[in-house]
Amino acid sequence: MHRTTITQARELLHSKKLSSVQLTEAVFARIDAVEDKVKAFAHLMREKAMEQAKVADSRIAKGEELPLLGVPIALKDLICTKGSRTTCASKILDQFVAPYNATVVNRLNAAGAVIVGKTNMDEFAMGSSNENSSHHTTMNPWALDRVPGGSSGGSAAAVAAHECIAALGSDTGGSIRQPAGFCGVTGLKPTYGRVSRFGLVAFASSLDQIGPITKSVADAATLLNVIGGKDGQDSTSADVPLPDFTKALQQDVKGMKLGIPKEYFTGGMQPEVEKAVQEGIRTLESLGMQTVEVSLPHLDYAVAAYYIIACAEASTNLSRYDGVKYGYRSPNSDNLINMYENTREEGFGEEVKRRIILGTFVLSSGYYDAYYLKGQQVRTLIKQDFENALEKCDVIAAPVTPYPAFKLGEKLDDPLQMYLADIYTISANLAGIPAMSIPCGFVSGENLPVGLQLMGKHFDEANLIAVGHKFQQATSFHTQQLPI
Amino acid sequence: MDIENVAKLARLKLTDAEKERFSTQMGTIIEYIEKLNELDTKDVEPTAHVLGLNNVFRDDVATEPLTDQAPINDSPAHSKGHYEVPKII
Repeated sequence: MHRTTITQARELLHSKKLSSVQLTEAVFARIDAVEDKVKAFAHLMREKAMEQAKVADSRIAKGEELPLLGVPIALKDLICTKGSRTTCASKILDQFVAPYNATVVNRLNAAGAVIVGKTNMDEFAMGSSNENSSHHTTMNPWALDRVPGGSSGGSAAAVAAHECIAALGSDTGGSIRQPAGFCGVTGLKPTYGRVSRFGLVAFASSLDQIGPITKSVADAATLLNVIGGKDGQDSTSADVPLPDFTKALQQDVKGMKLGIPKEYFTGGMQPEVEKAVQEGIRTLESLGMQTVEVSLPHLDYAVAAYYIIACAEASTNLSRYDGVKYGYRSPNSDNLINMYENTREEGFGEEVKRRIILGTFVLSSGYYDAYYLKGQQVRTLIKQDFENALEKCDVIAAPVTPYPAFKLGEKLDDPLQMYLADIYTISANLAGIPAMSIPCGFVSGENLPVGLQLMGKHFDEANLIAVGHKFQQATSFHTQQLPI
Repeated sequence: MDIENVAKLARLKLTDAEKERFSTQMGTIIEYIEKLNELDTKDVEPTAHVLGLNNVFRDDVATEPLTDQAPINDSPAHSKGHYEVPKII
C-alpha cells in the first residue's frame, strides 16, 4: 500500500477500497521497517497524522473530493508547521516551534493532506549530500553507503523508500532536482514566484523555491496545483494565472522542440550517466519531439556566480539568528556582543559558517563591486542565455548531475568539489526558470539512478509536465523497485 | 581574506582551528569565483531579482494577527512579554 502514488491512492481512497487510516498506518509501518537504515526524517508527526487521517476518512465518507484528501505527505524541515518543530537541521533552531503555518502547509491542509513528518536536510539547505545535518546523515535508499543528495535529501529518500506518498522540498541551487536524481524520483523546481515562500525558512531569497518530490510527474502536477499561486503574504509570489497542471498530462508532445545545450555535453559527465541521458533524449525523439542544438555559453560561470549571490543573501538572512528572538542561546556569555558571537559559533554548523563568512566577505566594503556586483552581472548573462535558447525550443533537456550518488564522506573535506556537484542544476535558479528531474536510467552493476533534467520558460511548468509524463508513460525507470 | 575581520562583521567567534581551515578553503573558493573576471561585464545590468518586481501593494484589509505573546514564547529568554538580553551597558 505504501508504494502507491498520489493518483493511485486517490483512486483507492475514493472507491473505498482503502481508508486513509489504513494507508497512513501502512506508511508508518514502512517507516518503522526501513527508517533505521534510511534515516530520512528529522522528526515524525505520528499522532497528528493519525488524527488527520481519521478526519479525512469521515470527509471521504461524506463524499467530499479534494486533491490530497487522506494522502500522507512529508515536508522538508524548513517549512514552518504551527505547533510542531521546524529545525532546519540546525542546532540553532533545534527546539523552534513556529507560531504559524507556511502558506504551502495551509494549502496542503485545505487540500486534505495528512502530514506524516518533517524530513532531514542539510543545515539551512546548505549542502548537496545531507551530511550537514545536526540530526544525522540520511542514506540513499538505493545504496546505503551513498548520499541521497541534498539539500532536500530527506524528502527524496523518503519518497524513494516509500516512507511517504509524496513530499515537498526546496530548491535554491539544485536542492530538489539533485537529490531527486540521486534517489530515482521526480523533482520539480517551479518558476521563481510560482509558489509562496511565506513560512519557508530563508536561505537565499532571490533563489529559494518550494516544489514537489514525487513518484511520478502526474503526482508533481497534482501537488503543484495545490501549492502554487499568488499569496498576499509573499510579495514575490507572482500574480500570474495558475493553470490546471493535470491538463498537461493529456497534452501531446509531437512536434515540440527539445533543445540540447551543447555545453552540457562536453565530456564532463561519467560515461554511463551520459549514456542514460542520451538514451532519454532518444526516447523523447521517438515520442515525436524534434531536437535542436542550443547554446548556454555561460554555463561554466554559474557555480561561481551562484556562490557569491547565494552566500551574500544567506549571510544577510541568517543575521536574524542572534539568540534573542528564537532558537538557541549560548549560556556562556556575559554581555550582548559575546552572546551573539557565542550563540552563532555554537549554534551553526561548519558549512553554514563557511557560507556566512563568504557572503559577508563579498558584501563587505571594498569587495562589493568586485564580487557581489560582478556575480549579479553574470547572473544577467546566464538569464539571457536561457531566454535566447528557449526562443529556439519549447523545453531544454540536460543531465541533472555529472555522476550518480557519491559515497558518504567522499566530498566532505572539499567544499569546492561539493559545490561542483550542482553544476548542471544551479543555472535554472539564477535564471528563475522551472526545471524538473525525472529518472532516465541506472548506472549498470551498481543500480544507481540517473536523472534527466527538463527546463522551460518562466511559468511554463505545464510543458515540463507534459514532456515528463509522456516520458514516464514510455519508460519504467520511475517504477523500479528498491533493494530495501 | 582577513578572516578575523570578516568573522567579526558576521558576529561569529571562530575557533583557531576554524580560522585556519576556513582561511585555506576560502582561498580555494575565492580563486574559483574569480573566474568571473574572464567575462567582460562593463555594460551588463546586474540582476537582483528575476521577476523584475518593484513595489508590490495589496489592499489594506485586516486579517487575524498573531498574538503579541506567540512569537515571544519562542525566545530563549523572556519575561512579562518582553525579550531578555544580557546587560548592554
